[in-house]
Amino acid sequence: MTSVSRSILAALAALCLALGLAACGSDDEGPSGDAASTPAASAPEESKVIKSDPANAGKGTITVGSKNFTEQYILGELYAQTLEAQGYKIRRRLNLGSEQVAFKALRGGDIDAYPEYTGTALTSFFEVKTKDVPPDADAAYELAKEKYEEVGITALARTPFENTFIIASTTETAEAAGNPKTVSELFAKDPNLSISGFPECRQRQDCLLGLRDIYGYKGKFVSSEGKFSDLDGDESKLTLAFSTDPQLALDKYAAYEDDKKFFPPYNITLGLKDETVEKLGPETIKTLERVQAGLTEEAMRELNRRVELEKQKPKAVAKAYLSESGFIE
Amino acid sequence: MNPTVLAQLKIEKPGGSGSCVADNGFCPEWIAENLDRYWTPLLEHVFLTVVPVAIGFVIALALAVLAHRRRWLTGPIVTVTGIFFAIPSVAAFFLLQPLTGLGYTTAMVALVSYTLLIIFRNITNGLRNVPAETRDAAIGQGLTDRQLLTRVELPMAVPEIMAGLRIATSTTVGLAALAVFAGAGGLGSEILTDERFKSNVVVAGGLAVLLAAVLDLALLGVQRVLTPWQRARA
Amino acid sequence: MSTTVAILGDFGEGIEFLFKERESVSGGVQIGGPAEMAAFCATHMIVSVAAIVIAAALAIPLSLWLGHIGRGDFLATATSNVGRAVPSLALLAFFISFIGLGYTNVISVLVLLAIPPLITSTYVGMRQVDRDTVDAARGQGMTGWEIVRVVELPLALPTIFGGLRIAAVTVVATATIAPLANVQTLGEPILTPQTYGIVGQIGASILVATITLLIDFLFARLQRAVTPTGLKLAGEAPAKGPRFSLPTRRRLGST
Repeated sequence: MTSVSRSILAALAALCLALGLAACGSDDEGPSGDAASTPAASAPEESKVIKSDPANAGKGTITVGSKNFTEQYILGELYAQTLEAQGYKIRRRLNLGSEQVAFKALRGGDIDAYPEYTGTALTSFFEVKTKDVPPDADAAYELAKEKYEEVGITALARTPFENTFIIASTTETAEAAGNPKTVSELFAKDPNLSISGFPECRQRQDCLLGLRDIYGYKGKFVSSEGKFSDLDGDESKLTLAFSTDPQLALDKYAAYEDDKKFFPPYNITLGLKDETVEKLGPETIKTLERVQAGLTEEAMRELNRRVELEKQKPKAVAKAYLSESGFIE
Repeated sequence: MNPTVLAQLKIEKPGGSGSCVADNGFCPEWIAENLDRYWTPLLEHVFLTVVPVAIGFVIALALAVLAHRRRWLTGPIVTVTGIFFAIPSVAAFFLLQPLTGLGYTTAMVALVSYTLLIIFRNITNGLRNVPAETRDAAIGQGLTDRQLLTRVELPMAVPEIMAGLRIATSTTVGLAALAVFAGAGGLGSEILTDERFKSNVVVAGGLAVLLAAVLDLALLGVQRVLTPWQRARA
Repeated sequence: MSTTVAILGDFGEGIEFLFKERESVSGGVQIGGPAEMAAFCATHMIVSVAAIVIAAALAIPLSLWLGHIGRGDFLATATSNVGRAVPSLALLAFFISFIGLGYTNVISVLVLLAIPPLITSTYVGMRQVDRDTVDAARGQGMTGWEIVRVVELPLALPTIFGGLRIAAVTVVATATIAPLANVQTLGEPILTPQTYGIVGQIGASILVATITLLIDFLFARLQRAVTPTGLKLAGEAPAKGPRFSLPTRRRLGST
């Protein structure tokens, strides 16, 4: 009926008007946009800025992919923009989904590159059991690199940061359990606390099932993508967070050390087909590795913070990383 | 290279909870500033609504015209389109997967199939409700079957047809939100990027409802233009 | 079984997933098979039935009364239009962000989605009862409630059941996305491809589609069963699908 549609429109027009007025009153905030953030680089920095090479434009369109959560979007954009700064034509496919889908896309040629975690690659693609993955970051990377080679994929050098799973809770829960520092201590005190995690965790040996086996966890699993929202809303007492989650720096959450080293290393390595590596050439590869060398755990957490807590778009955040670090103007 | 003074990423300590956005709340300021990020998803959503309804209309019209002269076809057509109507769209996306993969094609096929029953029924009802006297008068004037259809029956069926199109459009707007599971975009995809952030959910969902209202009004306008002799019914 | 699989390809694999357990995509755990599917199915049915019952209890009595006194035109049209346009995903996400996860959330969403077709069909069904019949009954001295119970309701039942059919199909279909709110219905394999793979997604889709079709068929039969013989003979047997238009004045020469 017209009158219904009209009333909906009227209500929404009123809402838009209210928002418009709010917008007029709001200040313009950019991402940490003051000039003081970039200390004047007194050292000769021309070597740091990425140079564009006109020859790269003729090499065809490179498709950069990523999986579908915040950190992956940022990384995908970061690599894509790094290549674009060098003059490549880039196509983005930044919402591939799970690692299986992404790997399939890479092997099938739908995409030319995407960033994967060493631990994930080993357990999900190459059928290495979680407990057989080397706990050392470099060893795990070398093993992953080997396995990737066997299927014709080059794994670039690993990033400094790793993004592993970390069990977190509110500080209230921690206090109630006597402020344990490690997961073992936590479950020794109370193995029945509920835990929330991404849906696939429920049926994975390197996730919930492994927690039950190795740590003797007995609590209820809440299938949810909420992470810290679940803690806030009391949907669960614990949550499976990422170690680069910005919320971990907040005082209201506590995290527990994986003392049994249950989770494997999860450093990022950009996977590209061998042919693509040849096409890009050594200069490009060096630049990519140079850019990602700045991705410490602190840096990654900051980038995640800008997207998750300030709700900026990953594209803008990636660009800010490149410009604030001096890679682009 | 001098390691001490290098351009660096500025790290900020999170300001604790208190910021509306960091708490995933409903924040009009953030919404006002970030409305532009919903533009592309909205356009995708329009695409995912208008195209399936248009295609569905063409197919349903062809079927209705066929069944108008051969009444026995109505039953089977209703049964088949009824099956399409009953199958949940998310299930349909994956049933189509072996044929059309994941992406816009799959979403489109499923959405089109969903509209067929609604539009077919309305066109058929509209055609059959043309008064017998009018039909007789037209035949008496020497109109052929085809002329009867195009000059008398279809125009008189317009209100019913438009009602069907409006129902199909509203329903498709709702279903297009699920197209994200088929690998397409749209407002549903935007909802899932941050389903905990109240502002995001309200805006994306609200835009969908707004879109439905706008399209509904637009179709109503078309109906008024096409049938000046009739006061448009609900 | 294996020849069927070979012929049907992915579909065959999907069907096999329903009947036989297999190892998950991520490895190390058995998924699929009748036991797990039955568990998902049970959850799916529990939330669906609960939602339909609650929605019917809320919507039907109210709409019966409004239909009887003829005062619900605006409500019926408004709810049907708005109800159709609200995306189920948006409603679920809205409830997740404002209320949280779990059964309460999911059932509330399903109830809200089921109410509009029930209100509309009940109201329209009551309004479409022949006015002369109602007047005759009133002339015989029946009270309002008696008229509803003896005259209007039986004649309106086919349309009401048409609405129940739509509501049931909508609810069962929407319950597929309940896993987003931590309720593991048959949508769980569809929404977690990392564990269940495309095979699991297709298998679960086949199961969901089949169940929904069965429910649709069941309600169609029920609808036919409640159509009074008189109406059937007069050619007003219920249409096979949804047909909601507010009552217009009787069209000239229509059957």
